[in-house]
Amino acid sequence: MNAPDLKLVSDNTLRAAGQSKFHESARAQVAGAATYIDDIPEVRGTLHAAPVCSPVAHGILRKLDASAALALPGVRAVIDAGDIPGDTTLAAFAHDEPVFALDTVMFTGQVIALVVADDVMTARRAARLVKLEIEELPAVLNVHEAHALESYVLPPVQVCRGDAKAALRRAPHQLEGRFEVGGQEHFYLEGQIAYVLPLEQNQWWVYTSTQHPGEVQHWVSHALGIASNAVTVECRRMGGGFGGKETQAGHLAVWAAIAANQLKCPVKLRLDRDDDFMITGKRHPFAYHYRVGFEDSGLLCGLELEMLANCGFSADLSGPVADRAIFHADNAYFLEDVAVASYRCKTNTQSHTAFRGFGGPQGVIVIERILGDIARTLDLDPLDVRLRNLYGIKERNVTHYQMKVEDNILDPLINTLAITSGYRERREQIAAWNASSPVIKKGLALTPVKFGISFTATLFNQAGALVHVYTDGSVQVNHGGTEMGQGLNTKVAQIVADELGVPFERVLATASDTSKVPNASATAASSGTDLNGRAAQFAARHVRDNLAAFVAGLDGCGAGAVRFEGGQVITEKTTRRWEDVVGAAYANRIQLWSDGFYRTPKIHYDKTTLTGRPFYYFAYGAAVSEVAIDTLTGEYRVLKVDILHDVGHSINPAIDIGQIEGGFIQGMGWLTTEQLVWNGKGYLQTHAPSTYKIPATGDVPAHFKIELWPEANREDNVHGSKAVGEPPFMLAISVYEALRDAVAQAGGQPMQVNAPATAEEVLRALGA
Amino acid sequence: MLARMNSKISAQTLRFVRRGQTVALGNVAPDRTLLEVLREDLQLTATKEGCGEGDCGACTVVLAQAVNGQLQYQAINSCIRLAHSVDGMAVFTAEDLSAPTLKAGASPDLHPCQEAMVQCHGSQCGFCTPGFVMSLFGMYQNSGGGQGITREQAQVDLSGNLCRCTGYRPILDAAEKMGSLPLPAGCGVDEAATVAALKALKPRQKGNESYLRPTTLAALLQARSAHPKAQVVAGCTDVGLWVTKLHKRFERVLDVTAARELQRVETYPHHIAIGAAVNLTDAYAALVKERPQLQTFSQRFAGLPVRNSGTLGGNVANGSPIGDSMPLLIALGASVVLMRWRKTAAGGEIAHRELRLEDLYTGYRTNVMRPDELLCWIKVPRPENKAFMRVYKISKRFDDDISAVCLAIQMTLKDGTVQQVSIGAGGVAATPARARQTEAALLGQPWNADTVMAASAALRAEFQPISDMRASAAYRQTVLGNLLQRFWLESQGMTSINLESLNAVTLEALA
Repeated sequence: MNAPDLKLVSDNTLRAAGQSKFHESARAQVAGAATYIDDIPEVRGTLHAAPVCSPVAHGILRKLDASAALALPGVRAVIDAGDIPGDTTLAAFAHDEPVFALDTVMFTGQVIALVVADDVMTARRAARLVKLEIEELPAVLNVHEAHALESYVLPPVQVCRGDAKAALRRAPHQLEGRFEVGGQEHFYLEGQIAYVLPLEQNQWWVYTSTQHPGEVQHWVSHALGIASNAVTVECRRMGGGFGGKETQAGHLAVWAAIAANQLKCPVKLRLDRDDDFMITGKRHPFAYHYRVGFEDSGLLCGLELEMLANCGFSADLSGPVADRAIFHADNAYFLEDVAVASYRCKTNTQSHTAFRGFGGPQGVIVIERILGDIARTLDLDPLDVRLRNLYGIKERNVTHYQMKVEDNILDPLINTLAITSGYRERREQIAAWNASSPVIKKGLALTPVKFGISFTATLFNQAGALVHVYTDGSVQVNHGGTEMGQGLNTKVAQIVADELGVPFERVLATASDTSKVPNASATAASSGTDLNGRAAQFAARHVRDNLAAFVAGLDGCGAGAVRFEGGQVITEKTTRRWEDVVGAAYANRIQLWSDGFYRTPKIHYDKTTLTGRPFYYFAYGAAVSEVAIDTLTGEYRVLKVDILHDVGHSINPAIDIGQIEGGFIQGMGWLTTEQLVWNGKGYLQTHAPSTYKIPATGDVPAHFKIELWPEANREDNVHGSKAVGEPPFMLAISVYEALRDAVAQAGGQPMQVNAPATAEEVLRALGA
Repeated sequence: MLARMNSKISAQTLRFVRRGQTVALGNVAPDRTLLEVLREDLQLTATKEGCGEGDCGACTVVLAQAVNGQLQYQAINSCIRLAHSVDGMAVFTAEDLSAPTLKAGASPDLHPCQEAMVQCHGSQCGFCTPGFVMSLFGMYQNSGGGQGITREQAQVDLSGNLCRCTGYRPILDAAEKMGSLPLPAGCGVDEAATVAALKALKPRQKGNESYLRPTTLAALLQARSAHPKAQVVAGCTDVGLWVTKLHKRFERVLDVTAARELQRVETYPHHIAIGAAVNLTDAYAALVKERPQLQTFSQRFAGLPVRNSGTLGGNVANGSPIGDSMPLLIALGASVVLMRWRKTAAGGEIAHRELRLEDLYTGYRTNVMRPDELLCWIKVPRPENKAFMRVYKISKRFDDDISAVCLAIQMTLKDGTVQQVSIGAGGVAATPARARQTEAALLGQPWNADTVMAASAALRAEFQPISDMRASAAYRQTVLGNLLQRFWLESQGMTSINLESLNAVTLEALA
């Protein structure tokens, strides 16, 4: 299943792009030779840190008594806010988050201090010996409470088109609903870590597992009160990111840097998994209230939607996350009269942050749920209701934020999948099966995704790269993106190899490093390859142009007539080895390296009205999921999944399929077993894999088939490809809708099913 | 760097075989984990820490022991395994599998379990990868070079390894594929050399050892008698977390797993006896052999690396209210044999007593054992033809999860009435419990829907479960009764009413 055609791999094609090249680090990874931060040989004198965390959700910090911790042999120091040479507030976007808790603690798990010791276990042991005197204050622990108190991290945002109220009044049918969707722990297998080394003259080297080295550099220099140029941040790879290392990695680097600055020693801070759960932000939990009007056909007339985002104690990225939820509340459907109100609720919990989809999933799930419920209200097939409401091509093609949908392939894509998956026939088979099965009931759902590609903050849509050709003909590429397993370095190397006409194996992608490509954006918003791949392509093109001009001079032809392919440089007159051309060019003082810079065209967006063209293009997909539920226990299995997804012209089909499968399973986890449970005091009870259950091998559906839509990106994007990191995550909403379909078929109340739809949640909705 | 410990904790030498060579480390504290020894003392960083509690599998390594001159392989979690427990064994990590490179910069030949992962695109971020590779290596070695590994087998054997990137499909592909790939020179295990190296490891010097691992039952009981305060461990799959998460320190550890007599499963006419050193993999294999209906349940007990380390005796002695073995064993009418060393004029002898499992526990993780007693055997009655027996586990995730509710029922009917019934329940009280009131409601009653209704109500009333992060009290109570309904329906020969009973093939056919 889904293994890319291996013939493609061995095919002796001259081009790397389009081939399922193995991940550039795969051989090292399987041999345990790929280096993660904690694997870097430690510099002599390295000390280890552990956090001291708040045991209460809200309170006034009266006293910190570190004497018992300091008395433990091996403990070097306890570091707190008093040791910060620069600003005691993090250089985060909203500037609302203290580096270490100052006089107030804002959530259970907030870092108040660090213990630094000779080894990790001593530091962790000592951290628990630090005595905290905290006067507890009332805590706000859920969005409803926060909303009632108007406790927000950022002001509410409204996006309206037409007159939703009037449309609702006119509508022949109305439905009102409330539901909640839980957050999600990233559970990157490599926990958060930073290793900070003092260099000479108050300069610093920071090894960190981050999606955004540039921001870590900015935050560290800000906290140390020094210029950015004195801090270099390096990240060769992460052991998973998923958005969880977009801002959250910065905290660790800052903490470790403050300790290293105080002690003048290298300091490593590697969080224990439980601490990682307790300290770092997660996907935003959302609560919804909607009123929708619709016609007999299921066509939407008007929608009033209120979304409460649980942002935690600080803003972090909550503004753009909640914005993206608004931008995706339409998903694939035209909303003519609509009013969306978005509240960014401040609670005494971890500060929720970026997570694959970045608010998109929390937007998409609303409308998919509403359409499912409309279909059941009208006794129609939910697929027909979905098809009826899709964006049009010539009309009904402008989003509620005033962007024209120009690349719409929803209708043919969904109809193709409906046929290849046998959706209509299976609906009938399932109805028949359910009629004769007393305990096990099945459900089926097809849901599409339309996901906007670009950072909504237009300024982030820029990227740089460096391509170095060495005199032996080998090539290094470096770009501002980061490798978290998604295969960015592999794709970039493929792009560069093709641009220079050299074999893929000749190109080496190196560690992200702020001293090479500065001011790089986070590797996020699915845009890694779009931005960095293009920048690298341009850098390679500059080098190629230099070489082409040189060879054209030798052969007396135009530079445009010089071809680079298969490790050769070819003119009508001569075919030369790439290495020979490089050697000769060097001898003739031709520049063999260059930079490249790319900024996404066409996009613009007004932050005050949330209108414009925030996205360069849309990525599309659809999934059909079939489930079986046990009506005695609420347990269920996902039986069959068929996916048709649009990645444009794939640069690497194996990697893209890997993103689709991985994103789907991760999305399935979000909506099924991954339940975050905070107790009544705001303490996160699910803080380890023993209690927080991400999907395991046994959860992979027995039938799990992925097909790629064959068409190239209609916008000019690198190699005709489309971004793939986030969109497939939302395909898993089909599992949630299939579960609700099964609940309905069993005579239960599908509108009662919140997410995650644990077995308990399903049984509750069954009323058993 | 090795001697990071409080001064009062003494340490001793640890020896194991790696790549056919003996590795000896002085001064290893009794509570140091194998992962710490690998990563921090030996700078072998292929093996990763993902969670520090044996739930993610990133730290998976393979242990091998010589049994009758043959190596037996087991994938285990190194993060919660005490290092000294592998003394005298061979240890394999991901850096040990590929052929040594002869040329600088050249990429080494990979072992088939590694090569298959590359070819199937089974690694993305790569952090879980060495752990998966080692689980695959264990499967490879135990299947005659990866032969005949089915997808279902791979799903079961890899359920203790978490991956957050791939969605597992390519890794399952790799498990199926590795057997078809060639084994390059230098990648295979030199079994003879390893066995020879293991043999050459002399038994440890006696003395005031901080990690005691007696090789006979008598020596074990004498050690217990001499050191009643020593921390008793078997596979350490719970005690390991006391070290990594609770930061407990142990001055002295008494490891039961080397006692030869306790490494056996013995079969008698009316019962089988499972020694306290038998790991969960082997213990459940013995139980499944007697009662094939326990197959799925046995596979859902933790992940394979935990089953390979942990013991049934440890699970029972530890007495967690959410341990899955006890409800089952209670329903099966199992008893435990507690042993101690009794001094006599002639020196001493083994004294023992036997009690029903449910009588072992007195409260939350407390029991009737004396400080000098050890739980040595678990006796499980052999099945009677007429008994109908089922065990049900309800958890958030199907595999490798802790039960919200576990219910095990064994029932014998005579002329349509309930002649005998025993019910074990987990997750519903402070200890694993026997549902005596429900049993009373069933005993002597006609086995019909009305009786089941009444018994379901009795079962719901018998326990007052708590709400926690696994489930609410209301759900636990509802499901308890519903599981008795399921048992009733299954006793009536109804199939396809339990997702567990529908294997992947059936589901595919139904889908």
